[in-house]
Amino acid sequence: MSFALKLVWSLLGVAGAIAYGLIIGGVIRKVMARIQGRIGPPVYQPFIDLFKTLFQRTATQHGIMFYLAPIFRAAGGIGVYLLIPVVIGVPALENFSFAGDLLLVMYFMFFGSLGMALGAAEGGHPHSPIGISRGLSQMTAFELPFALAVVALAADAGSFSIHEIVMAQQGGVLNWNLFANPLAAVAAFIAFLGMNMYAPFNIVGAPQEIPVGPPTEFNSTFLSLLMTGRAIFAVAKMVLFMDLFLGGAHSLVEALVKTFLIYFWSVFVGAVFPRFRTEQSIRFFLGWPTAAGVAAVVLVMLTH
Amino acid sequence: MAKTNLPVLPPEGSRPHAPLGEGCFLGETERQQPLALREALATIKNWFRANSLWVMAYGTGCGAIELRPLTTARFDMERFGMAMRPTPRQSNVLIVSGYLATKSLKRVIRSYEQMPSPKWVVGLGSCTINGGMYWDSYNTINRLDLYLPVDTYIAGCMPRPEALIEGFKGLMDDIKAGRANGWNHYLENMDWYKDNQKRLITDWDLPDYNW
Repeated sequence: MSFALKLVWSLLGVAGAIAYGLIIGGVIRKVMARIQGRIGPPVYQPFIDLFKTLFQRTATQHGIMFYLAPIFRAAGGIGVYLLIPVVIGVPALENFSFAGDLLLVMYFMFFGSLGMALGAAEGGHPHSPIGISRGLSQMTAFELPFALAVVALAADAGSFSIHEIVMAQQGGVLNWNLFANPLAAVAAFIAFLGMNMYAPFNIVGAPQEIPVGPPTEFNSTFLSLLMTGRAIFAVAKMVLFMDLFLGGAHSLVEALVKTFLIYFWSVFVGAVFPRFRTEQSIRFFLGWPTAAGVAAVVLVMLTH
Repeated sequence: MAKTNLPVLPPEGSRPHAPLGEGCFLGETERQQPLALREALATIKNWFRANSLWVMAYGTGCGAIELRPLTTARFDMERFGMAMRPTPRQSNVLIVSGYLATKSLKRVIRSYEQMPSPKWVVGLGSCTINGGMYWDSYNTINRLDLYLPVDTYIAGCMPRPEALIEGFKGLMDDIKAGRANGWNHYLENMDWYKDNQKRLITDWDLPDYNW
């Protein structure tokens, strides 16, 4: 497949991923509502919210970084998504996977949040810096078990390429890293809870505390771009975890089912737990999840 | 009514994306569109706006206690696409819930002007209509309509959550039909509104328009 054709397919994939991420957001709101005994909004509500914010007549901005922050956020999401193969064996949906891309993906996951931090701080609202400092500290904390889990998987597969890691898991359900490397899976899936920022790790946009969090000042078109970025970022994370732990996918349907299950792991945990305080959350990630990550690396080193 | 041409001075560090009076009214490209197209677009946009009302939870008076049940299982306003949004930058509906003290009027004006247009004001309870049981109080306003453009009144002392849902449904119908134009009225009659506001707020230290 030529590069130009692949680019077109990948961009179509980005559009599909945005739509899927928004629908997932609607399903989450519906599920949360049903758990709380409410009827809840329709599943297409995020689309209505997105277009409504896009159709606002005025927008207020506070400087260059404020302009760039949503763009950084969306670029981070699209960058992560474009590097991860979605469906193995279908060139149109394999995106731009290359040797060592896992390191770049982990960098890109930080990139969006750092851009957001710079932009939100320029908004000047006190909730923004509070949310940012909480978010960045928590991110540093959950990055540790996640990085250890990734190192364990890479050492096991002998490569930092996501494609190679997926290929190493073929040949049956028990070959999936979820079962083949259970300690790494535990560390990474707990880090996943922190990444998605549902309870108990929703300290960034903590309701009743710093209600909206960093994007407090973002309005109109800025907000709609942020919502788009959030949707695609969620999909990119789901696909990454599917590739790393659930053996990738060979068809689009398989990918949808697996990513849905992965994401709703964090939603169901979020539905039943109250919120941690900031220092509790950081201590939590640096405790047992990190120990599990270290044990996973040691285990892989010993068995190879 | 003539388009207002106030000298708008934004506060330090905050610049409007479009100057007041240009971004808020019809833009030049929209003015050149055929009327049928413009109306069709407006209908579509208004449908989106009506089905995604983000409410600023600003409890000014005791009536705010009736807003809380709306988020619970019994009344559930989220099924209409409504959500509480505790920042003026992202909200579309300002609810003045009950009596409004002259002191908090200043903050309400400030919050209202920070909201991106189109935006709507809902007056909740009798106190916003004629003062209600506070009609002779020395520190509350009697008629909210003099200071902010109210799109929907929900009468009662206090109105029950069912009445609030009825009021919001009415507001949605108004938005879909293009009748809820309070924000436009506010801009067109800015001088009159500012005059009324300044008559009540003696220590006026706000900019002409709060971006």
